[in-house]
Formats: sequence, structure tokens, C-alpha cells
Amino acid sequence: MIEKALLKERFVKWVLIAFALSSLLFLFLIFIFILAEGLPLFLKVGVGNIIGGFKWAPTRGSFGIFPMIVSSFLVTIGALAIGAPMGLSCAIYLSEYSGKKTQMLLKPALELLAGIPSVVYGFLGVIYIVPLVRNYLGGSGFSLLSTSIILGVMILPTIISISFDALISVPKTYREGSFAMGATKWQTIYKVILPSAKSGILASFILGMGRAIGETMAVIMIAGNALKIPGSILDPLRTLTGNIALELSYASGDHRLGLFSTGVVLMVIIMILNYIANFGIKRKIAK
Amino acid sequence: MIKQLGFLCIIMTCLLSCTGQSHDKTRDKHTITIAGSTSVMPFTEKLAEHFMLDHPKFVIDVQGGGSTAGIQAVLNNTVQIGMSSRELNNKEKMLNSITICHDGISIVLHPKNPITDLTLQQIRDIYNNKIKNWRELGWIDRKIDAVTREEGSGTRGAFEELVMKGKEIDDSIMVQDSNGSIKEVVATDPYAIGYISLGLVDQKVKPVTIDGAIPTIKNIKTGKYKIVRPFLYVTNGELDMYAKEFVDFILSRDGQKILKKEGLVGFYD
Repeated sequence: MIEKALLKERFVKWVLIAFALSSLLFLFLIFIFILAEGLPLFLKVGVGNIIGGFKWAPTRGSFGIFPMIVSSFLVTIGALAIGAPMGLSCAIYLSEYSGKKTQMLLKPALELLAGIPSVVYGFLGVIYIVPLVRNYLGGSGFSLLSTSIILGVMILPTIISISFDALISVPKTYREGSFAMGATKWQTIYKVILPSAKSGILASFILGMGRAIGETMAVIMIAGNALKIPGSILDPLRTLTGNIALELSYASGDHRLGLFSTGVVLMVIIMILNYIANFGIKRKIAK
Repeated sequence: MIKQLGFLCIIMTCLLSCTGQSHDKTRDKHTITIAGSTSVMPFTEKLAEHFMLDHPKFVIDVQGGGSTAGIQAVLNNTVQIGMSSRELNNKEKMLNSITICHDGISIVLHPKNPITDLTLQQIRDIYNNKIKNWRELGWIDRKIDAVTREEGSGTRGAFEELVMKGKEIDDSIMVQDSNGSIKEVVATDPYAIGYISLGLVDQKVKPVTIDGAIPTIKNIKTGKYKIVRPFLYVTNGELDMYAKEFVDFILSRDGQKILKKEGLVGFYD
């Protein structure tokens, strides 16, 4: 009887291990697949000509994606400029000021915000943000600014939830100590809590960046996708993800490989961002 | 999680067994394989649907992939018929091509835009970024928001060949990835200009006349409207009996009527 139960126990454990490892396997397979498809072109055309090249005309043998790398970063910085102050303010309010009731209202609302499909954000952007920008600021409306606004909203849940965790994990004794010294609430937040939660907050910004740089659908719909590096915030631009999604359906031969090379560059950028967020910053908290 | 995965496995095995079965059944059916241009694909599918209703013994397998991929597939004999929305180039000339119909490309503006006529040269200059402002075309002082299709698209290929004539489409021109999204941009932005397949023009956008010719089926037939591309079926040598029957159906009055209903330019009136 007992032996049978033990056997079952072991069986369940192994099944669980197998499934747990399968996610690792998927990651590994994706990695291998993208590299296998993307690297041949790097060898053929040269890393410099792809990463540093200005001209993207894959059907005529130019595979430069430098403008898209710049655009991806511009959009990400724009999104942070809008999402970071809003997100951090929200997280401070949630952890320091709000009562249980407002928390119970705000937290599910934020989760809902995170769950809205990106195509819906893109649609809202096309219908509302793009015409607003076009009518009041000029340009076609399909621009760096519109894209940054939408992405800024999209990364809010990431920034809020992670920086909220960082703020809430600041020990209560810090706050009590500060109050005991006669500091006001804002002084306490500004001088004590924010500095001690600094690395967690930075990590939330960087994970937000990762989310913004990887966003595709909403970006294609509102960025305008022109190949040039934008000269102002009202100019259209094309991101790395947008490039892949736009052109994959018709691409063949070297053109297709060029898109996979774009994917390799994107993957490396996201890996670096995740590395910084997970190891560079969170490790410091542990110390 | 495990439950879901298990469920997935079951579905997949079902699917696999299903395809296996249908494979056996197709043995006494006549299968025609077609691949290529995604511009031609929806019309081929429509034609195939109609054809299979009357000819239950036929199975017509239509796939996309783009004109170039379709022609390549014909060269390798992996499909019987390739669809192309551009003319064959010199390297592909040894293949047979059958023109099934023509498709006009219209240059469209927002309905509020007062401009009604443009020359080919003006359009070329807009997309080459030589003309940047509507003032240069006799309207208000406002930047032109030109939109083009993405690299690799058949419509873009035809536009480059018929309008740009060797000049490059500038990098500052916006890019959208379908006829539908170009139409959406032009319909919402009063300062936009774009190009879409003639069959998709409706009252949301305004087609302009090119050198005085309105893009209509009649003007395309008489050769007055110049931005026209053929929809081709490409074959390697002679077609077999069954594939020929399908092609004959497309070229017949019935087949052409279906194409005309979709806004394409057929051979009959």
C-alpha cells in the first residue's frame, strides 16, 4: 500500500520535473532556431553592414538596421519618459498613502490594464492619439510621440507592480526611525524609502523598457514605419519588432534571413536588459 | 497546466490522423496545387471554391508565399501553377504564363483633398521626396503624408515598376503592410496619399486621375489608365488535363464574371 503511494508520489514528481524543464527546452529551441536562421546573413554580409548600415533594401541587397535600432531605443526612452513618472507615483501612492480599500480597487484595475491585448492599444492609438497629435501638433500623427504615449501606458503595470514590491519591502523600522527623527511623510519617502528601494525601482524601469522594446502590434499600427531615423518627435519611425512583423509575410531568400538577423539583434538587446534587471540590480538588493 | 497540455496532445493526434485519412481519400480525386502572390490568392481561392462546387472530384490547394516564391515553386515542380502579380523577368522567361486578368492600382487621397489630377511625374516626385509639400501641387502649405507598402509586396513591386521607373521610394515615406491599412490611413489623414488595388476603392478614399485618366475598368481596357498590372498563372511546360480544366474555367465567361465582381479587369464586358 505504502509502496504504491510512494511510487505514485515519485511518478508525479518526475512528470512535474519534465514539464518544468520543457519551458527551458522551448527557450533553448527558440534560441537555436533564431540563431540558425539569423547568423548566416551576418556571416555573408558582415556584422558591421547589418548593425551599422543605414540602408534597408533587402530585395536589393542592403540589410542595414541601424536606423531601426536607434528608433527602438528612442521609442523606449519616450515610453519611459511618460510611463516612469506615472508608474512610480502610482506605486508610491499605493504603498505609502492609500488605505486597504483603494489598494483593493487599484490593484485589480492595474492587472486588467496589463491584460488588455496590444492590438486594442494600437487601435485606440490610431483612432484617438494619432488624430489628436496630427490636429494639434502637426505631422501625420503616426509618430514617435504617439507611439511613446501608447507604450508609456502599456508599460505602466510592469513599472507599478515591480516598484510597488520594492517600496513595500522597505522595512517598517526605516519609516518609524525617520518619523521619530521628526521627518514628515514626504521627507521620509523622498529621503529614506526611495533611496533604499532604488534598485528595485530601477529594475522596474528596465523591465518596462524590455516590454516597450519588444512590443510589436501596437507599434506597427501607430509608428508609421518609415525607415528614416526620426528628426523630431512628430516624425514616423520603424522599430526592430515592427520591421519583422511588417515584412515577414512576403519575404523570401535573403530578405527572410535579414528579418531573422533583425530578430537576433532584438534578442540580444532584450537579453542584456533582462540581465541588467535581474542580476545587475536585484543582486545589489540582496547585499 | 498538465491537463491543458494533455488536451493539446489529443487535439494534435486527432488532427494528424484526420489529415492522414483525407490523404487516402484524395487518391481518387484530382488535386491541383497552386501557390504564389498573396494579391492573387484571394481571387484564386474564390474561383476554386466556385469550381469545386461544380466539380466535386477536384481538390484545389491554394497557398500564398508571394510572387517570387510561387514562380520558384513552379520551377522546382513543387506546384503545378504559380500565381504572380508581376511580369516574369528575363531569368523566368522559359516558363509559360497565362494572364487571367488585370488589376489597376489607384492613387488615393482623402475625400477632403481638393486635388483631382496628378501626373505620373508628380507621384514619382512625391514618393522620391522631391515634392514634400501640398503647396507645390497647388493646395495648402502642409507636409504630404505619403504612405507606401512594405518591401516585398507585389503591389509595391508593381508600383515601383510602373510609377517609380527605377527611382527609389524615399526612406522618409511611411509604410503600411496591407491595402486595408493604407486605405485606413488615407481615409483618416486629410493630408495623406497612398496607392491601393482598384477593386478596394470605395467612398472612404478618393482616387485621382493620372494624366487625366480616371482609374476605371474601361480606361484600363482602352489603355488610357497606365498603372495596371497583370495577374498571371505561371506553369512549367504543359499543364495536365485537370489543371487545364480549372484554367479554362477561369478564362471562361463564368470565371471572368467572378473576377469582375471582385473589381478586377477581365476579358469580357
